[in-house]
Amino acid sequence: MRHTLTVLVENTPGVLARVAGLFSRRGFNIDSLAVGRTDNPAVSRMTIVVEGDDQVLEQVNKQLHKLIDVIKINDITKDAYVDRELVMIKVYAEAATRSEIMQLVDIFRGRIVDVGRKTLTIEVTGDEGKIDAFENCLRPFGIKELVRTGKIAMLRGLKPGTKNNGYKEEDMV
Amino acid sequence: MEITAAEALIQCLEKEEVKIIFGCPGGAILPVYDALYGSSIKHVLVRHEQGAAHAADGYARVTGKVGVCIATSGPGATNLVTGIANAYMDSVPMVVITGQVATTQVGTDAFQEVDITGITIPVTKHNYLVKDPRQLPMIVKKAFHIASTGRPGPVLIDLPRDIASRKIKFKYPKNFALPGYKPTYKGHPSMVQQAARVIMKSERPVIYAGGGVRISGASQELLKLAETISAPVTHTLMGLGCFPGDHPLFLGMLGLHGTRYANLAVTGCDCLIAVGARFDDRVVSKISGFAPTARVIHIDIDPAEIGKNVRTHLPIVGDVKTVLEALLPLLDKKDNAAWFERIEQLKLENPLVYKQERQDVLKPQFVIEKLNQYKPCDAIVVTDVGQHQMWAAQYMRFKEPRCFLSSGGLGAMGFCLPAAVGAGLGAPGRTVILVAGDGGFQMTIQELATAAEQNLPLKIFIINNRKLGMVRQLQEYYHDKRYIAVDFRFNLDFAALGRMYGMEGYTVETPEQLMELLPGILASPVPVMVNCIVSGDENVLPMVLAGTNIDEAVDK
Repeated sequence: MRHTLTVLVENTPGVLARVAGLFSRRGFNIDSLAVGRTDNPAVSRMTIVVEGDDQVLEQVNKQLHKLIDVIKINDITKDAYVDRELVMIKVYAEAATRSEIMQLVDIFRGRIVDVGRKTLTIEVTGDEGKIDAFENCLRPFGIKELVRTGKIAMLRGLKPGTKNNGYKEEDMV
Repeated sequence: MEITAAEALIQCLEKEEVKIIFGCPGGAILPVYDALYGSSIKHVLVRHEQGAAHAADGYARVTGKVGVCIATSGPGATNLVTGIANAYMDSVPMVVITGQVATTQVGTDAFQEVDITGITIPVTKHNYLVKDPRQLPMIVKKAFHIASTGRPGPVLIDLPRDIASRKIKFKYPKNFALPGYKPTYKGHPSMVQQAARVIMKSERPVIYAGGGVRISGASQELLKLAETISAPVTHTLMGLGCFPGDHPLFLGMLGLHGTRYANLAVTGCDCLIAVGARFDDRVVSKISGFAPTARVIHIDIDPAEIGKNVRTHLPIVGDVKTVLEALLPLLDKKDNAAWFERIEQLKLENPLVYKQERQDVLKPQFVIEKLNQYKPCDAIVVTDVGQHQMWAAQYMRFKEPRCFLSSGGLGAMGFCLPAAVGAGLGAPGRTVILVAGDGGFQMTIQELATAAEQNLPLKIFIINNRKLGMVRQLQEYYHDKRYIAVDFRFNLDFAALGRMYGMEGYTVETPEQLMELLPGILASPVPVMVNCIVSGDENVLPMVLAGTNIDEAVDK
């Protein structure tokens, strides 16, 4: 089963290497990993999608916790959460296919961010399923380049007792 | 007043009450060595950086304090890696300081540059590359805290040369923030209560004690637990000494080369209390056949160890001593008379044995048995890795923890001599006995010079079978006796070698010769090297073959 973890880490050099190294070293499978800093510049937030059964996930959790730079881990798979991914696709667009592609972009609420002589570059955000569907729709036209950010995710609403990014204020003192 | 970061580092070490550091200088670490000039900290110059790491490790194991070692950048740092990994696997508190090329050169493949923080991520509890000299005192403070608390381990600080020379205003911090590091010491009360209920209901309990008991200083609590509930105690290699070896409830080591009765007791028990142990593959062998009828209670400070290898019914995350202190008042005295009788019977039926067919042949087991018999009661025994190590674990008995030092998790040949140097310096006045194979000993043999320089009266017993005995044994069992690359054809005269380093050197080839010399050697104030020429084809038995249950060990 695929699990979505949100992981708060200290924003130190090497923290990404520590986390990524841990996954490969212990044979855990990362589907995607997205990282960026939070409202607190000293803290980064990772969204990690990892494949494994409950026992594997328990180990992932515990081993991540052993990293000194890891502040908090939330497995939000079973909670209500919002997740987004952003994709940019450069697709071949001749005069004959251009309008059809633009219709698809509309349907998926995407945006055209660059127009070339023979290509269009399109940006779409959404959950993984939507991005996959969009990619499949464009495939027949010929995809020249594609880049995905990997999933970022956030719990819906407010969990009691939690502030900034889901960690307690005193955690950061 | 401003001082250099290197001077600040030395002052930090002094504030952490570091008395002794092990190391070897080089270009990039020179500012730190310069700051060491005139310091109260004793520096022990080793002959190879691996020796520095093992010596700091041995020092830490004997004293319980944080061991400190230091080396230069590049090869100095990489030479430490085996020793760091060894400390990591056996949870030994250590702070490792390495020099690094100047920050302006980092990343340019400069002379003697390696990315040692990158290399050691998997084998350190944490590591730091110092990029701002003002952060150094805080980093040292955190490093000592991380190394010595929770599940201990090595922490590395990589200090670029230009940073070390920069001036800072020095103040050793009192407080620090480690938001991601909060070890759990106190066991969850309801889990402790449940454990007490399971233990009181059990009729055939066994305690399985590991190195966590020593680290946490919980030998007294362990003894009380065992005696209260009349549970026999088996131990891991790391746990040897945590429970008195002469106690009627003592079962000896379990696992691959464990005693047959310990393995049978674990297989037959209805409640297995794992205390500061981690169900290593050398203990468990085939997972499905390990303690199949037992409710497993697992007490460990590292939550990641719980449920990692073996299914646990009752996990208690916490410091072993703290948890046992909470558990003991909840238990009533019970005697499990039938179980105790069964254990006694198992011990009688399955004693540890070896054959002494001829009186003129020296058996390795005999040497170790006699060493155990004649050693002073506060002696420290340090082993290397291999057959002799397993025989030592089988035949040596201790009343106290921190008397038996061995490389467990990593199984690093070459550990013995440098670790004994650290142990000898950490426990002056106590007899330090080294039991090493001729193979492993040659891997760090250069540290004989360090030992001589430090005037350590080490008592070195080379269990010399002229081969890599454990590898030979594995080839016998798993590769149809196709022996390859296990025989040493050059016969090294260890006695003469010892004499070259200013030791007394003896060669013994028969039990009689050994017994003539042994009492005198162990009482002698000078360093002694004994080359014990033992029979070459001995196997460590019993032996649990790969993929079998621990109660199915073979005897031949």
